[in-house]
Amino acid sequence: MLKYLIPLGLFLVLVVFLAIGLSRDPAELPSALIDKPAPTFRLPQLKDPSKTFSAEDMRGKVWLLNVWASWCIACREEHPLWFEYAKSGAAPVYGLNYKDRHEDALAWLDEFGDPYLLSAVDLEGRVGMDYGVYGAPETYVIDKNGTIRMKHVGPVTPDVWSKHILPLVQELNRQGTNQ
Amino acid sequence: MTRALLFALLLLCLPASFVVAQVQKEEVPSDDPAIEARLAKLSKELRCLQCQNQTLADSPAGLAADLRTEIRAQMKAGKSDQEIVAFLTQRYGQFILYRPRVTPTTYLLWFGPFLLLLAGLAILFRYIKQRRDSITEQPLTAEDRRRAEELLASSGKETA
Repeated sequence: MLKYLIPLGLFLVLVVFLAIGLSRDPAELPSALIDKPAPTFRLPQLKDPSKTFSAEDMRGKVWLLNVWASWCIACREEHPLWFEYAKSGAAPVYGLNYKDRHEDALAWLDEFGDPYLLSAVDLEGRVGMDYGVYGAPETYVIDKNGTIRMKHVGPVTPDVWSKHILPLVQELNRQGTNQ
Repeated sequence: MTRALLFALLLLCLPASFVVAQVQKEEVPSDDPAIEARLAKLSKELRCLQCQNQTLADSPAGLAADLRTEIRAQMKAGKSDQEIVAFLTQRYGQFILYRPRVTPTTYLLWFGPFLLLLAGLAILFRYIKQRRDSITEQPLTAEDRRRAEELLASSGKETA
């Protein structure tokens, strides 16, 4: 009896491992920056390039940074949802316009609307490199101390928002700064 | 006919590729051949994150070009290969390395195959031992001995 149970057991273990492997998205990488300080930057604002925006300006607030571009097809899919997320008032939503032509970016916001408080312009993707961006859209949750607490690669679906981002933001909002 | 059809299809694809242009800084090879040689060697060890089955050396992706440009700049600034790899892993994690480092999280990856080999050998030896134990010596009976001698004697005659 045991002679048959052992191979069967091994087979089931293999099936479980393969099932876990198959259900994971290979394009999704664990971020190296979770629980690390958000890289500092100072970039011109998209709608008013004479003004700048810096991650430092957001100290003491829980905020979201959404990396987007007009050439990014998945961003278009995600875009309307950001109006709802921003309207929920959970956290201020800022954009990082990544490797995009200025006029393309402005036209895109004109056409589809602008859910962001403002968007910072990362023309050459240098800030994106510091944040480990490897494909838009990407979304970062940054806490009151300026620490990256979560990164989501790909569109923030209502499921991701309500199960992962919103509870985390609410929890972080309850916490004070520890400085 | 098929050629004309393919051409028409190709034309259809063109406008789409104009729309989704991203800003891409042109990649300029370094005028220092030493840097280009170091880059060629190092970038073969690094994974392109946009198209994950290509090395940074082979990838035509925009991000790969940016990273190569960044590596050139850092080499020009006198950074060592180790410092550059540290810069990249800080941002993109261990995943960018084709040869993952030996850390507690990668122990299974590095030593797993050897464990499996040892387990296989253990099973093999146990199996061989079991088989050997199951074979018991059976002493020859008087009858067997007589028949054997008879056979030997007859075959001896034939060869002689």
